[in-house]
Amino acid sequence: MKPPTAQAARTAFRRRYGASPLHLLLVLASFALACYAGVRLLKGDALGVAVWFVGAALLHDLVLLPLYAVTDLAVQRVLGHRSGEGEGEVKVKGKVGPRAAVNHVRVPAFVSGVLLLVYWPLVLRQVGHYTVTTGLPADVFPGRWLLITACLFAASATVLAVRLWNGGREARRARARARRAGK
Amino acid sequence: MWATGPQRGPTHPEFWRSPLRGPWLTAVFGVVLLIGVTVLFVTGLLSYAAYDPDLAAVNDQTPDKARLGFYLFPWPTSPYWLYRVTQGLHVTLGVVLVPVLLAKLWSVIPKLFAWPPVRSAAQAAERLSLLLLVGGAGFEFVTGILNVQLHYVFPGSFYTLHFYGAWVFIGAFVVHVSFRLKRAVRALRAGPRQPPPDSEEAAGLVSPRPAEPTITRRGALGMVGLGSLALLVVTAGQSVDGWLRRTALLAPHGQDPGSGPNGFQINKTAASVGIRATDIGPAWRLTVRGAGRRIDLTYARLLDMPQSQARLPIACVEGWSTSDQQWSGVRLTELAALVGLGAEHAPEVLVESVQRGGPFSSVVLSTGQLRDERSLLAVRVNGAVLSRDHGYPARVIVPGAPGVHNTKWVTRLTFREPS
Repeated sequence: MKPPTAQAARTAFRRRYGASPLHLLLVLASFALACYAGVRLLKGDALGVAVWFVGAALLHDLVLLPLYAVTDLAVQRVLGHRSGEGEGEVKVKGKVGPRAAVNHVRVPAFVSGVLLLVYWPLVLRQVGHYTVTTGLPADVFPGRWLLITACLFAASATVLAVRLWNGGREARRARARARRAGK
Repeated sequence: MWATGPQRGPTHPEFWRSPLRGPWLTAVFGVVLLIGVTVLFVTGLLSYAAYDPDLAAVNDQTPDKARLGFYLFPWPTSPYWLYRVTQGLHVTLGVVLVPVLLAKLWSVIPKLFAWPPVRSAAQAAERLSLLLLVGGAGFEFVTGILNVQLHYVFPGSFYTLHFYGAWVFIGAFVVHVSFRLKRAVRALRAGPRQPPPDSEEAAGLVSPRPAEPTITRRGALGMVGLGSLALLVVTAGQSVDGWLRRTALLAPHGQDPGSGPNGFQINKTAASVGIRATDIGPAWRLTVRGAGRRIDLTYARLLDMPQSQARLPIACVEGWSTSDQQWSGVRLTELAALVGLGAEHAPEVLVESVQRGGPFSSVVLSTGQLRDERSLLAVRVNGAVLSRDHGYPARVIVPGAPGVHNTKWVTRLTFREPS
């Protein structure tokens, strides 16, 4: 019987493990480093740290994503999309369909949302010692966030209004052209 | 049943209907994060080095680090704005990358529920590695963002969590990049056109039953970019002075702390660390020790010593900084000379504050920091006596050092040989 060639051994390894030996070595090296740092990370409140670490992994995928995905679908439904079929393209020149309209809510809501997601401790007044520590007033943040949010929606509304007005003008012109052609 | 998975729900590929998800979009977010996270990691390591943790126990917030401190080097005093730049970049970039991180996670969500959950040993190992990657990223962003807002709700010392968390994360990050970079480059080369859902290039990201698009792929990228831009605008201003600071509308240090010579940002007020009037009143003395000698100076005697000037900023680990302030006081080398240590013999110095306890009530400054002629025990700033909140009667100011090493309310200097 012939000894197995290097090629055959690699194929056998791949069949059993599911990837190349290099894959295994890299993963093992990273796990070893994670353990080396991890025992130091877990020293002290091990359970608390583990909960925070795993919680951080799941926060977006199992909490934030379902929340914003469902909200987004609800807004689309309110604005009349996803009820009928074939309601036009994403952006028809001169026409604002429900597709484009949803983005006028989506974009300012997203920007306002990420600002709150990052700065919620200050915006929601969660940091009791902020003023005594920094010497700065803490009551400005909720108002600022609300005003920024108001500006974002107002700017979006302005863009939408301009688009609607332009669209209406285009449509009137098209109708006028059609009447002239019909004479 | 096991092989095909449930016919409904997120494990079914048709559950995910966004027409945007695909290798190109994921690759764009991935490459941005590859560059961004690399900068975050390097500036983070630099920030730890800036504390000169190997110099003394009081400088080291993570004394168990062992080999994880292999790269440490004496933190330089030139350029004097070094920490201001590296730490401002670290914090501002971290905040700005939040929407990109969310978008990246959104773009690969079908993979989390891919069925069957484990196909091979290799895939099981990779999924475990992904837990470290995503958990580590979330952990680092969350602890960092909470810490800069002084919201200390995390389970332990920020320094321990953020430093060791970074090392747990970075291994998984390197693994992920080496497994995926080739695919990402290929996807970017191929462009935004969607490959067939079951093709290899699709990598399980393309929906087999896409809904009607409500936004273009370019529009989605623009929206994420706008989120990052908004965060940049409300944050970056806290690293500069003047009217630009006021643009940092939501950042913790975006407000003006008052006018006048002492009207610049305060990390911790005298009240917040329990400084009493008697601690810094007429009974205050500066004790200088070294070479077996000890001298007690009154405030008046300190003022009688030769005064030097230095224009230096305050740069905090929380990412904010001030512009250069005009400090005036006694050179640290002059104080070393009081106990008979000449400039060329001046070793290290242990600086102690009248603060009672607390992690940064004392610090050891390196020989290099001590001998820099801009390193002062300052008594005046911008032409006025130091305010209580800026460290009256005397504070240390060292070029390039993190803010907490510029100890306030100093009462004792111990010059000593490097240990």
